[in-house]
Amino acid sequence: MRVLALAGRRLAASIPTLFLILIGVFLLLQLAPGDTVDAMMAQMGGGDAATAKQLREFYGLDLSVGAQLANYLWRLVRFDLGFSAIYGKPVATVILERLPATILLMTASLSFAFFFGIVFGVLAARRVNRWQDTLISTLGLIFYAMPTFWFGLMAIVVFAIRLQWLPAGGFEDITVSRSGLSRTLDIARHLLLPTLTLGLFYLAIYLRIMRGSMLEVLNLDFVRTARAKGLDETRVVVKHVLRNALLPMVTLIGLQAGTMLGGSVVVESVFSLPGLGRLAYESVVQRDLNTLLGIVFMSALLVIIVNFIVDLLYARLDPRITTGS
Amino acid sequence: MQVLRLYLRSPSAVIGLLLLLLVLAAAISAGWLYPRDPLALAGRPLLWPLENPRFPLGTDNSGRDIAAQIFHGARISLLIGLVATTISILIGITVGALAGYYGGWVDTLLMRVTEAFQTLPNFLLLLVLVAVFGSTLATVTVAIGIVSWPASARLTRAEFLSLRSREFVQAGRTLGLRDAKLIFGEILPNALPPVIVYASVVMAIAILLESALAFLKLSDPNVASWGNLIGIGRDVLRVQWYVSAIPGVAILITVLAVSLVGQGLNDALNPRLKGR
Amino acid sequence: MKPILTLESVSVSLPEGADRPHAMEEVSLSVAAGEILCVVGESGSGKSMTANAIMRLLPQGVTIAAGRILFEGRDLAGISEAEMRKVRGAGIAMIFQEPMTALNPLRSIGDQIGEMFETHTRLSRAEIGARVLALLAEVNIPEPEKAAKAYPHELSGGQRQRAMIAMALALDPRLLIADEPTTALDVTTQAQILTLIRDLQRRKGTAVLFITHDFGVVAEIADRVAVMSQGRVVETGSADAVLNAPQHAYTRQLIAAVPPLKAPPPRPLASEPILTMAHVSKTYRTGGFLGRGQRVTHAVKDVSLVLPRGATLGIVGESGSGKSTLARCLVRLIDPDGGEIRLNGRDLAGLTRAEMRAETRNIQMVFQDPFASLNPRRKAGELVAQGLIVHGMARSQALARAAELFALVGLDPAATDRYPHEFSGGQRQRIGLARALALEPDVLVADEPVSALDVSVQAQVLALLAELRQRLGISIVFITHDLRVAAQVCDLVAVMKNGEVVETGPIGQVFGQPQHPYTKALLASIPGQGFGLSRDLAAAAGQA
Repeated sequence: MRVLALAGRRLAASIPTLFLILIGVFLLLQLAPGDTVDAMMAQMGGGDAATAKQLREFYGLDLSVGAQLANYLWRLVRFDLGFSAIYGKPVATVILERLPATILLMTASLSFAFFFGIVFGVLAARRVNRWQDTLISTLGLIFYAMPTFWFGLMAIVVFAIRLQWLPAGGFEDITVSRSGLSRTLDIARHLLLPTLTLGLFYLAIYLRIMRGSMLEVLNLDFVRTARAKGLDETRVVVKHVLRNALLPMVTLIGLQAGTMLGGSVVVESVFSLPGLGRLAYESVVQRDLNTLLGIVFMSALLVIIVNFIVDLLYARLDPRITTGS
Repeated sequence: MQVLRLYLRSPSAVIGLLLLLLVLAAAISAGWLYPRDPLALAGRPLLWPLENPRFPLGTDNSGRDIAAQIFHGARISLLIGLVATTISILIGITVGALAGYYGGWVDTLLMRVTEAFQTLPNFLLLLVLVAVFGSTLATVTVAIGIVSWPASARLTRAEFLSLRSREFVQAGRTLGLRDAKLIFGEILPNALPPVIVYASVVMAIAILLESALAFLKLSDPNVASWGNLIGIGRDVLRVQWYVSAIPGVAILITVLAVSLVGQGLNDALNPRLKGR
Repeated sequence: MKPILTLESVSVSLPEGADRPHAMEEVSLSVAAGEILCVVGESGSGKSMTANAIMRLLPQGVTIAAGRILFEGRDLAGISEAEMRKVRGAGIAMIFQEPMTALNPLRSIGDQIGEMFETHTRLSRAEIGARVLALLAEVNIPEPEKAAKAYPHELSGGQRQRAMIAMALALDPRLLIADEPTTALDVTTQAQILTLIRDLQRRKGTAVLFITHDFGVVAEIADRVAVMSQGRVVETGSADAVLNAPQHAYTRQLIAAVPPLKAPPPRPLASEPILTMAHVSKTYRTGGFLGRGQRVTHAVKDVSLVLPRGATLGIVGESGSGKSTLARCLVRLIDPDGGEIRLNGRDLAGLTRAEMRAETRNIQMVFQDPFASLNPRRKAGELVAQGLIVHGMARSQALARAAELFALVGLDPAATDRYPHEFSGGQRQRIGLARALALEPDVLVADEPVSALDVSVQAQVLALLAELRQRLGISIVFITHDLRVAAQVCDLVAVMKNGEVVETGPIGQVFGQPQHPYTKALLASIPGQGFGLSRDLAAAAGQA
């Protein structure tokens, strides 16, 4: 239970961070040329100044910046993210519609990158400076250097256009209505390329960190102790090195949750996935600032939640955290 | 000299350096190889590479020379990479040094801000900044610099935290050195090597961020950027996939070169870790 | 007696590019059952490499080039890796210097000891659990059940080393290799661990190869001794023979460098104090949330001491006694919470940062670690001149003065434009000394200045310090954990425990007739007292 208390405390500490972000981004958006009403008017094909004034009054945009901020934060406390003029729905509804695709994509990519990062990192470290290591490290570097969206496009060319094995985009096949397992499989088929696209970059990072971490732990004193006990190399790695080497990897998940969410903007655009990232892109293009602010809030919340889980995981791996010294 | 010798001993570091020189050569020679505006109409649209000897890499949807765009794009990528990295590293070092050296409430405050920047997805912040300040070359570069400093701040802070309690810093303090002298004269020179190595990572990410932004048509449309070209090629992906493929390879080579050079520097600066 | 382990002309070669071709050259040794062989030498002598070579756990690129390692008649140098694994742990077990890093931080103690049985036997889980508890009880760990469930960071240093010993002895190995097993421990803990090793060894008849740099430990525990230098064994023999009648010049030099425990006759002391500490305190508060669950550590608690002009005040104690914190309070690297520190009548504790910066010319510090205390990016001369420049001297003049100071501390004045890494440990410590002396301070605070040095280098630096004290009339606060060193250097001594001074007085008096039980325990724990005594008597007889 001390684990929970500890992670809970970190969670509580991130509330000020969340507010810092919201206030910062809110003030930043005030500097934007044109507001939501301008965007609406443009969408409606223009309108007179009186309508604009009315609309501004309706959305509270005629108040001072401070008052608007206070309004916004007060509504936020009641989980009201405001109204999206572009989509004609509450921002919360718009975001919740888009959330599942992004969460699915992130979870899949993260699991893929983390799992194979460990596998290849361990393989490379066990064969350090031999051809296996060189091959894995080189591939890692190439995955790292490849722009994700470009890899996505090339994957579409090969697997969707040439080979026609996989769909080129979308979340599911909307021409046929499916349910249950068949729907799940359909979504999985649609998410395969996006997952690979987003995951490969992180796979490259994780495998490099895992390799380095393994090599570092292999040099520590307790590994010598384990060898002096007569353990064979496999057992030394499995029982002594692996768990210690995992610690920096787990930390990395927390640090990179934000970056990964950012990466989903591009990947969702490439594969036309109805996710949070694409919503962010659309609201920038359409100047739907209310929605944009809502997405900022939601993303920050997601990152904080991921970090909470990472804290719990870390404390489970490392007894020094909970019993503290 | 020692560092250079160690650096040149690693084949991958040498490959990285050669690739980087190649990109640099492309950037420098762009002006006299392709003196015309790379975004101007040059010939028939959608010529495949080698189809017409005038366009070794073909033309894009609107008949612009892809080779010219690749050469001029090298300038943009390197420029954005270098400037954004400098901005990001300077902010990172300042924040990290102050937080790590002074600790206490200075550290708490600065780390809160750093944390806020890391909690907000960096690409999302980039979108917000571009939405607010527009997408000229200058604003995009500065925006990339602003979203990518937190990691170098953390790195600098960690270095400062471990160095400030080291005995040689304490010795400086007992000699009567001022804080500024301790920070800049004693600690910073020792903290710098890992930060400089990390700069290569920042540069790689800066180049990738700009290309992604350009791909989404949110970067400066008036310059020849590789990301722009990939975005344009997307419309003809089905058949003329080369329009997107070629600039992607250019980005890959550049980022690979920067990463390899960074790794080579790292190994050369920490020879202890090499060959493990 | 038939030896369990015999090394026959074993040579171990280092990879190309190392500073010498061999880590061990034609090393021949043997250990019999029930015998403790001490391999003693300074750093770089190849003593640890000997242990690693026997276990065949050599670093990459380092190989056994020649010779035979006969363990119970079998040549370990020639058997397969799989065969060797069966020997490790079961036939030959090993304990290491730093029990904290030698144990896996993420697995419980019981789990790590149990792994010995899992690897080499087919015992059931329950049986293993019972054996682990029995082992922990055997090495006198209080509450074995609790210790088995504990993680390494939850035990004290001594308990961790006991757990390591329990692990090593799990399968009743014929040979135990102990690589500096007490070096990282405090002197009282060291005494307990040495007793434990000897008791267990006597009871089980294990052969022990004990590697150490400390002649006190050798005198305490060894049956036979092998002295190593530069990868070669220069002398072997019974403990008595080697310690009391060393044959080889190197052995003699090493033994002569060990400071005797008996203090020299007292020097006359000035009555006028130069540094007075009155009720100095420093408290740390860690953890806790809004004042709840906070841990309060009294690092220094109400310390009052007086340093007369020209005298040396030793502050001795074990780790965590607060002696280093006190030293750092004196130069205001740490700000004390309360009390006065009067230097020449001026209260340092009450100065502002700027005032203290000016005051540093009167009080200077020498640090422990000769590698960490010099900025690797500055030339040695610059390091020494730095203080002078800060306090207003012109750069060229300061650098010239640095060269003079180099000569003063016995370094080549031409070496001022070399970088710290080009100097040896002892030379670096001389640079540190020159740096502190550059400002001609009244008081020098020396924090364990010789603890990181080999014994022969330590003797040279101590001699230099004594000479400088004589010539410059400087007053010194000398922090050390080594009572032998304290006995030789200090006029006065204060014994610290848990942040408090438990006993203080002239060194001859405190060490001769200790009053406080802790001082008595501390003095009784020093290994090899008899050895020191007989040698001192011999020396005295020689003088007479």
